[in-house]
Amino acid sequence: MTPLTSLDRPNSYIGRSVPRPNAKRLLAGRGRYVTDIRLPRMLHAAFLRSPYAHARIARVDVDAARALAGVHLVATGADLAKICTPWTGTLDHFKGMTSEPQLPLPLDRVVWAGQAVLAVVAESRAIAEDALELISVDYEELPAIVDLDAAREPGTPRVNPAGSSNICFRAQLDSGGVDEAFASAAHIIEEEFSFGRHTPVTLEPRAIVADYDPDGGMLTVHHATQTPYQFQDLYSRHYRIPEARVRVIAPDIGGSFGLKLHVYHEDMAVVGLSILLGRPVKFVADRLESFVSDIHARDHHVRARMAIDADGRILAMDVHDATAIGAFSTYPRTSVVEGNQVIRLIGAPYDFKSYRAALEVVFQNKVQTSQYRAVGHPIACAVTERMVDLAAARIGLDPFAIRAKNVIPDDAYPTASPTGYRFESLSHQVCLQRLREIMDYDALRAEQSELRQRGIHRGIGIATFVEITNPSPAFYGVGGARISSQDGATISLTPSGEVRCAISVTEQGQGTEAIISQIVADQLGLAQEHVKVITGDTEVTPHGGATWACRGAGIGGETALQAARKLKANILEIAALVLQEQPAALNIIDGEVVNAATRQPRLAIAEIARIAYFRSDTLPPGTQAQLTVSHHFAPQGYPFAFTNGIQGCYVEVDADTGFIKLLKHFVVEDCGRIINPMLVDEQVRGGVVQGLGAALFEECRYGETGQLLNGSLADYLVPMAMEMPDIVIAHVETPTADTALGAKGCGEAGTAAASACVLNAVNDALAPFCASINAVPITPARVLEALGRF
Amino acid sequence: MSSDIDEAEEAVRVRFIVNGRKVACEVAPRDTLVDCLRNSLELTGTHAGCEMGACGACLVRLDGRAVHACLMFAVQADGARIDTIEGLSESGDIADLQAEFHRRNALQCGFCTPGMLINAHELLSRLAEPSRAAIRDALSGNFCRCTGYEAIVDAIAAVADARAAKASQKGSPE
Repeated sequence: MTPLTSLDRPNSYIGRSVPRPNAKRLLAGRGRYVTDIRLPRMLHAAFLRSPYAHARIARVDVDAARALAGVHLVATGADLAKICTPWTGTLDHFKGMTSEPQLPLPLDRVVWAGQAVLAVVAESRAIAEDALELISVDYEELPAIVDLDAAREPGTPRVNPAGSSNICFRAQLDSGGVDEAFASAAHIIEEEFSFGRHTPVTLEPRAIVADYDPDGGMLTVHHATQTPYQFQDLYSRHYRIPEARVRVIAPDIGGSFGLKLHVYHEDMAVVGLSILLGRPVKFVADRLESFVSDIHARDHHVRARMAIDADGRILAMDVHDATAIGAFSTYPRTSVVEGNQVIRLIGAPYDFKSYRAALEVVFQNKVQTSQYRAVGHPIACAVTERMVDLAAARIGLDPFAIRAKNVIPDDAYPTASPTGYRFESLSHQVCLQRLREIMDYDALRAEQSELRQRGIHRGIGIATFVEITNPSPAFYGVGGARISSQDGATISLTPSGEVRCAISVTEQGQGTEAIISQIVADQLGLAQEHVKVITGDTEVTPHGGATWACRGAGIGGETALQAARKLKANILEIAALVLQEQPAALNIIDGEVVNAATRQPRLAIAEIARIAYFRSDTLPPGTQAQLTVSHHFAPQGYPFAFTNGIQGCYVEVDADTGFIKLLKHFVVEDCGRIINPMLVDEQVRGGVVQGLGAALFEECRYGETGQLLNGSLADYLVPMAMEMPDIVIAHVETPTADTALGAKGCGEAGTAAASACVLNAVNDALAPFCASINAVPITPARVLEALGRF
Repeated sequence: MSSDIDEAEEAVRVRFIVNGRKVACEVAPRDTLVDCLRNSLELTGTHAGCEMGACGACLVRLDGRAVHACLMFAVQADGARIDTIEGLSESGDIADLQAEFHRRNALQCGFCTPGMLINAHELLSRLAEPSRAAIRDALSGNFCRCTGYEAIVDAIAAVADARAAKASQKGSPE
């Protein structure tokens, strides 16, 4: 007989793999996405886009478009500037950063190819697009700054003529002792890396329906976003509508991954168009528009040096990261967080003291970059892990051995990185050991070596990582951004004894609603199907940060836990009065109030609800039952809950064609308390595959004039089922002590290290050829180039 | 120019059998089948992901075969028998696939899911017991950004096994 575990307790849902209650309607085609929404009298917007990467708008003729039957409005930048205040994508804690003010549509200059220039609103999208064809715009072309290195050169024309250079932001970190460490090092490893700009490609494109009611002075926005509260605040402030009269509803969202939490010019314009017309206006980006207007990410060139001693111990790292972000910094989260995290996360798993980094964030005439799943992590991880492998090769150590020698020991916590990140408790050593086991590493090495004899070139790569989750106000709040790091929940016992929890974390398919209902059911003591979770509507849930940076489970989950405990106390208080017991002598199991010691059922919570709501006259005088509780939770203690893990992969490289086949991928991950193991595994798998896309396929390729050359789903390669491997996952659980729940995030772990792993594996496969690759995506052409065959 | 637009907007009456029922609707010649299904017939379970046949979100069954509703004009489908995710759900034809996808969480945001299910249904109607590689190959025109595909492959493989087991039970004398 297997011993009893905590999962054998009644209503124990924390740690249990249960399917998502809200997934069945998606399987039946009953999802309700913003793209599906149709409101009475709704009109459709389409945007004329700039064909130039940089040009002055000399003359605009919209008369023919305005005259087309079915067209209600043709709006220019000036029209919207009259009602919308400009925004600037800077934050105070990034000292010295600059960015131009932005408006929904430009007044006189376009700064990337694909930028929306004019808006047409018509009775159908097709008519609106017909009208676009009737608009004529004269542009005077300006020099386009396309290349990252060109943008940094002195004397290069400026992306923003009002600025003094093309530099958005510079940062330096220096722990001290770097030069001394390099001077005394037995070996110095140097490498340069380049990372391809890529883009999230959610399957549902960006979508918005803005519905302004001029009589009520009320704006309702159905918005495919992760962060409805942030947009409620922004629409209120930029269109000067009282916050309480702005409602943002985020229904089913067809994927987000960071893409749908930024301000986009078209989205802001659609709100203004609805205000100008007093009617609902819908805009759904088509796929071609998505490629040229969604955020891109990860356009980095990194130079790195690592000093090691004769035994292979890391002594110091010195890095320079240059990143190009487009023509301005994204609002309201900026475009410098990625670079900032790159320089702060490099070297994070390892125990060394001396670190120096410089970050240079530059403007260019391309679409804006900003936060996309695992912000900065894949760059930092690839640089670090490749450097570690190069160091291992230099002194003849196995990749596992050099990591075992250098990771921060599991008994060294709490500690801090040389970049100032404070680590509560990580588990690199045990993760490293687990990975070795699940990969069957020695057998893989034997197989690799045997196959090499037969001309089959396989490679094994591993990559350790540290992930930032559960961010406190140190992330955005301290910089002046009105982006909440707390969450709120309102939880009620309904008159029929069920529970309803309206919470500010949001759902994009990762299972937020499922885990919140698990936590509430677990803590209150009832079956999960009796808990209804409501998310994604600013009108019905308290204000909160919502879902980003892996905060849903850790912060949202703790909010739900604490709210449920409060409601339970209130229920037991009424039960104690009815049963003439002490509240402490009672508990709730399966929706029944029971004797805490004997578990003997005493009274259904439905009966408490009936008495409290309908027969309060039978309660002792002065009793006011509180069966609705609102509760907020803001993370305290560590500024971030860091997680860690390690990935491994096994690849085969065809030295004749340069094709890479992913054979198998392995992940050991420590996200603290696991609420739903199946959902965690699926987050990790999905994250890994996004990282594998970046490793092998995904890159936004531009021509010399700043035109995106592969902006369609036929040309931009994304990972498909055929190319992706099966992914083996194991867990280590190191809960955070900062919360009762102990959960940290898991959504970005997969993406964080997958591309690093593949980079190391491909290089391992190419080792017999003395060929080396230092750029992702690792295309067949790059492989052949490294082999001197292209 | 404007005469072209007038012509483009001229409505054409088309008839289909959608999810087992006869329907007629007025479409513009340039309307794609996916637009007609979503807008005119309010069958919003069929999704438009790329509008160029690359992502598979718009797959429907047309005369029994999975086709991209974005690559076809509605007028081209005149007279066809069309089954969408709504009809396949209501008929129970894919109930086992839906249950297995649910049990294994073979979906996250759900936007690709109707197309995945229609493709999986088509695959299993052609091949009773496809290998994992055959399943992955069959899905290679369906883009999913969330799951990483493995749970989808597992779910389809499990349904294939269960259907095969059921068929062999039926075939045996007991």
